[in-house]
Amino acid sequence: MKPRMIRTLGFLALLLISSICEAAIFHPISDSHRSAARQIFKPIDESVNSLRQVYETLKTFEILGIGKDLDVSASACTLIAETLKSSSASLKDINFALKSNGILKCKIDGQSFEAINSRLQAAITKANSLLDFFYSVGSLVLLKDQAAHLDVQVANADQIFRSIKALGQSDGRWRYNSNKPESSAHAAGIALETLARLMSLTSADFDQSLIGTLKNDIVKLFDGIEKYDDGAMFFGDKVVDAYEYEGPLSTTSSVVRGLVAFAEVTPGKIAVSGDKILGVAKFFLGIGVPGSPHDFFDQIDALALLENNRVSIPLILSLPATVLSVSKNDQLKVKVNTVLGSNAPPLTVKILQAANHNSKNAPIIENQDLRHDSGAGFYVLDSLPKEADVGKYEFIFKTALNDPSQSDVYAIGSRTSVNIYFTGEVKVENAEISVLDSDLGNVESQKKLDLSADSSISLSANHLQKLRLSFQLVSPLGNAFKPHQALLKLRHETKVEHVFVVGNSGKKFELILENSLFRSLGHIDLDLPEAPEKATRPPLQPIDPLSRFGPKAEIAHIFRAPEKRPPKELSLAFLGLTLVPLVGFLVGLLRIGVNFKNFPTATLNLFTTLKYLSFLGVFLVFVGHRTLSYLASTSAKLKGA
Amino acid sequence: MARSTTKDAQALFNTLRSSYAATPTNLKIIDLYVIFAIFTALIQDQGIGGLYGNSWIFPIQLFSIGVLSCVGTAVLAVCLRIQVNKENKEFKDLSPERAFADFVLCNLVLHLVIMNFLG
Repeated sequence: MKPRMIRTLGFLALLLISSICEAAIFHPISDSHRSAARQIFKPIDESVNSLRQVYETLKTFEILGIGKDLDVSASACTLIAETLKSSSASLKDINFALKSNGILKCKIDGQSFEAINSRLQAAITKANSLLDFFYSVGSLVLLKDQAAHLDVQVANADQIFRSIKALGQSDGRWRYNSNKPESSAHAAGIALETLARLMSLTSADFDQSLIGTLKNDIVKLFDGIEKYDDGAMFFGDKVVDAYEYEGPLSTTSSVVRGLVAFAEVTPGKIAVSGDKILGVAKFFLGIGVPGSPHDFFDQIDALALLENNRVSIPLILSLPATVLSVSKNDQLKVKVNTVLGSNAPPLTVKILQAANHNSKNAPIIENQDLRHDSGAGFYVLDSLPKEADVGKYEFIFKTALNDPSQSDVYAIGSRTSVNIYFTGEVKVENAEISVLDSDLGNVESQKKLDLSADSSISLSANHLQKLRLSFQLVSPLGNAFKPHQALLKLRHETKVEHVFVVGNSGKKFELILENSLFRSLGHIDLDLPEAPEKATRPPLQPIDPLSRFGPKAEIAHIFRAPEKRPPKELSLAFLGLTLVPLVGFLVGLLRIGVNFKNFPTATLNLFTTLKYLSFLGVFLVFVGHRTLSYLASTSAKLKGA
Repeated sequence: MARSTTKDAQALFNTLRSSYAATPTNLKIIDLYVIFAIFTALIQDQGIGGLYGNSWIFPIQLFSIGVLSCVGTAVLAVCLRIQVNKENKEFKDLSPERAFADFVLCNLVLHLVIMNFLG
């Protein structure tokens, strides 16, 4: 019997988006950061006892302008007041308590401030490591701001300045203390910040040549900056001591703090190029949303300092959408902001060039200015050029400030390269399905398909014939278009599926389709003969996913068929025949008259032993056979049970 | 002509028989044994091999070791006969017992090999 199979024929075109792009886009800090911050930072309550955590939470929320609805002052102020009263609090805790107090403005009594002042004054004279200087000087500056009535003075500021400078290395990095030979960029940031605080604390004049050297040190430090391919730049320290090691984020953040603080208190420019500041800003923005509160604080704090600094303020070019539809005639929009998302000063944005990645054709856009939409703050390309087809394009933007005198204040990359994908409706043309006689290629039946509508066709074929499905994809401009993948799926009515990859000649094309196709084509009746015994059968469909882990079907072993043997009677007859010569031999012996009397009989020698053994052997054959077969039958019963 | 040839043949057989009668009995036993072995081999080869070979797939190794066993024994028996025969001067230093022991030992080795082939 030939089973008649009805299969549903499905056709599926899959088009994949290539997501790799060399020209990364950096987006300024936006609301996604704000909502993430609320989740990453724990609320400040009685359980929090780390002042650093309190400060980082407060500072981040202050910068992002969120968390005003959270009433944190009560529990945080208690912790701050306790720390400032305590005589055993560490310099670091005092520093973070004063920093947090600077934001919260808690009520601290004057006596605590006086005690802290005298403690810090004592600590600063004893200090010999960079962190001691950092915390004590930093705390004194904060104290000066918060306790107006106190006379905060540093006696030997010049000497402290020189001892901090003495820890600096020739490459612009710093050592944590004089006992350790290793220098780091992280320490350099701390040292610069300390020196800046010290200069703001005292009215004394510092040696201008020393400040000049320090500016040179900063330039040298920035010479050693590391760079990613996408233009992001960062400071990285070698791991020497696992306890002191800080990651690139923390190190870069520390350097930014030092640089901005130092630039604040010193007159004149620091000759760090705007490109490096922009690179550092890109590094912080490229991180996205960090997972830990400490990293989050480092990122936001550094970006807030870059937002308004005296060296140069980075401006970031970003695109709200990099996938544009040709068919819908989407507008290309570009935005230029500061790192925290504020508006940039007036500038012009120009498309230097836009060219298809894959073709060598002339660029579709050259030297076109973008219109500034002052209402929405975008720079807009009103309509895509007519030559724009589906595909991946590389756009090179050039930005220039309208007021050239501001180019010292702002850092804006001269050129920004961005990959933009154009999508569009792809038409399916010349779709055709036919059944061929396999060897000759004669078309037996042929049907036109209209893939734009859900049509349904019926075909019938047998196992000797071939199915041919052909179609052409055409992009909106009428160019031939190769999809990444096209699959043909045959589904049996029992839901068993066969997927065939549709042959795709030529090299592959990178593109995005708006209208990926998924069409049910119709039915095909396959008249198939019964599968040969040894042919692989279609896999059984699992009844439910759990059955995958259930017992499998028993494996039936197929043994080789035993060889044909002749009938037993014939074998016995031939056994008798082979014994005839033996009889003849014995008869011959008698005829010759062999003297059998000499056969030894009495004593136990080889022959008698053999004789006894033969009797015993016959006995043992019977007994042993019965014993072994009994044992075998019982063990077989045990196994069967 | 034909008659004279049959007479000659008869005369030849008679002389052969009479001279063979003078052969020692132990050699006659060995001769009989050799004949027995060769006949067994022939029966196995012609009878079993010829009859079975076409209609049934007879286990080929059983058939071949049966023949080889018989042929091997026959060869060893011939060797024994050469050594036991007193007219063979080159083996006069060799005692018949020693020759028989050699024969038994060689048979053992032969049949060990054959048992190995039984599978």
